[in-house]
Amino acid sequence: MAEPIIVFDGVHKSFRGQKVLDGLDLEIPRGRTTVIIGRSGGGKSVTLKHMIGLMRPDRGRILVDGQDITRLEKGALNEVRRRFGMLFQEGALFDSLTVGENVAFPLVEHTQLDRAEIERRGSEMLVTVGLPGTEGKMPAELSGGMRKRVGLARALILEPEIVLFDEPTSGLDPIMADAIDRLILRTQQESGRTYVVISHDIRATFKIAHKIAMLYQGRIIAEGTPEEIRRNPNPILAQFLRGTAEGPIQVQ
Amino acid sequence: MVAFLEWFGRLVVERIEEVGRNALFLAEAVRALVTPPLRWRQTFRQMEFVGVRSVSVVVLTGTFTGMVLALQAYYGFRKFGAEGLVGTTVGLSMARELGPVLTSLMVTARAGSAIAAELGTMRVTEQIDALEVMAVDPIRYLVVPRILAGLAMVPVLCVVSDFVGVLGGYFVGVKLLGINSGVYVANTVKYVELADVLNGLVKAACFGFILAVVGCYKGFYAPGGAQGVGKATTEAVVLASVLILISDYFLTAIMF
Repeated sequence: MAEPIIVFDGVHKSFRGQKVLDGLDLEIPRGRTTVIIGRSGGGKSVTLKHMIGLMRPDRGRILVDGQDITRLEKGALNEVRRRFGMLFQEGALFDSLTVGENVAFPLVEHTQLDRAEIERRGSEMLVTVGLPGTEGKMPAELSGGMRKRVGLARALILEPEIVLFDEPTSGLDPIMADAIDRLILRTQQESGRTYVVISHDIRATFKIAHKIAMLYQGRIIAEGTPEEIRRNPNPILAQFLRGTAEGPIQVQ
Repeated sequence: MVAFLEWFGRLVVERIEEVGRNALFLAEAVRALVTPPLRWRQTFRQMEFVGVRSVSVVVLTGTFTGMVLALQAYYGFRKFGAEGLVGTTVGLSMARELGPVLTSLMVTARAGSAIAAELGTMRVTEQIDALEVMAVDPIRYLVVPRILAGLAMVPVLCVVSDFVGVLGGYFVGVKLLGINSGVYVANTVKYVELADVLNGLVKAACFGFILAVVGCYKGFYAPGGAQGVGKATTEAVVLASVLILISDYFLTAIMF
């Protein structure tokens, strides 16, 4: 597989004495879609937040293109962050701004483009995510699926090299979930960017992933192409893919 | 015993962490406050919210405070025939004490709570994380405009409160209680000095700073869920009010 763009090297993280990441080693290949699967509360979101410096590890290194981001100060970290886009679980749209202003926000902040050009690109991006003509709406007027699509438009508008997705299909009906999956698949194929998705949606995972990694008790217990993951005999992975309460994973 | 020590130790560590987080937040906010760039648009929007939209409530409380002061002062001064000093008492009390304190308490209830609730909601819905991810400093974007609004607008509101308070006092003293109008005005003008008003404005600026910082801090670190936002809002109002009243004593003592 392609050379890694993001590398986790022995990352440890605890909250109030509870270990969440326990020496996590993980490589994210460049230009591909990597899906990290695992149980809810199993550290997937924490892993994602470490990639973009929203959290710092207790121990270990996180390399983005060979640069360790765990020790960067604010200014340098912001430079790295501009290579990223992120879709948050509920979209994280700014309530006080319209849909159009939300999508255009990164352009307003980080480019010198004039107003007309910003508006044009914003509208174009809304067409890409299937929401033409919604610029004037407020986020509160949108459904969950629409909010996620606006969030995706905002994440993609600066054409970032790496896009992070926090549970892109959770809380959506199957049809909307499929629409989001297709959107992820299509935009990744068109752009050839690096996508990192965390999910516990098995069906979606096999649809969009080039690489799958299973996170369990703070470590990666299985990784590989979807084909390799299907054939992997690891009983924990097998139970997770089957989706049954019986097996080595204990339900508390 | 071990369990108790563990509990107690954790409590102490958490408190110390809280104080440290508080200090770091304050330091970062002040640094962003005094260094460019400033978010003008956000700042004006907050000034409108904290200032302009608080005018009606401040006018109402200021007027009635001045009126009741006149009543109470009249009751006391009549005992030794010094009704003429009611105007002085109302003016000094409003300018030095009640103007700044009541204004900032009303703004805390109105805007301080709203600041905590808004930032708290932004925290739990990951909007603050989204700002950071988009390489926009949330301290500059969210916190500094609100602190500036508090610093600038509470003194302005305080002037409004002083003014309507004195008017209210005049109305009660002269029109209702029959104090001689000339005496009332003369005593007010003679004994209430510009320094008294400025003294009150310095306080108002300090209180505005306090209520904005506390609201921002509580909202910024709101724990998860709707319950967390509610808790942050309540704590912001209580803490800001207490800090305003405590600092009021020390500010008065310093500027005595």
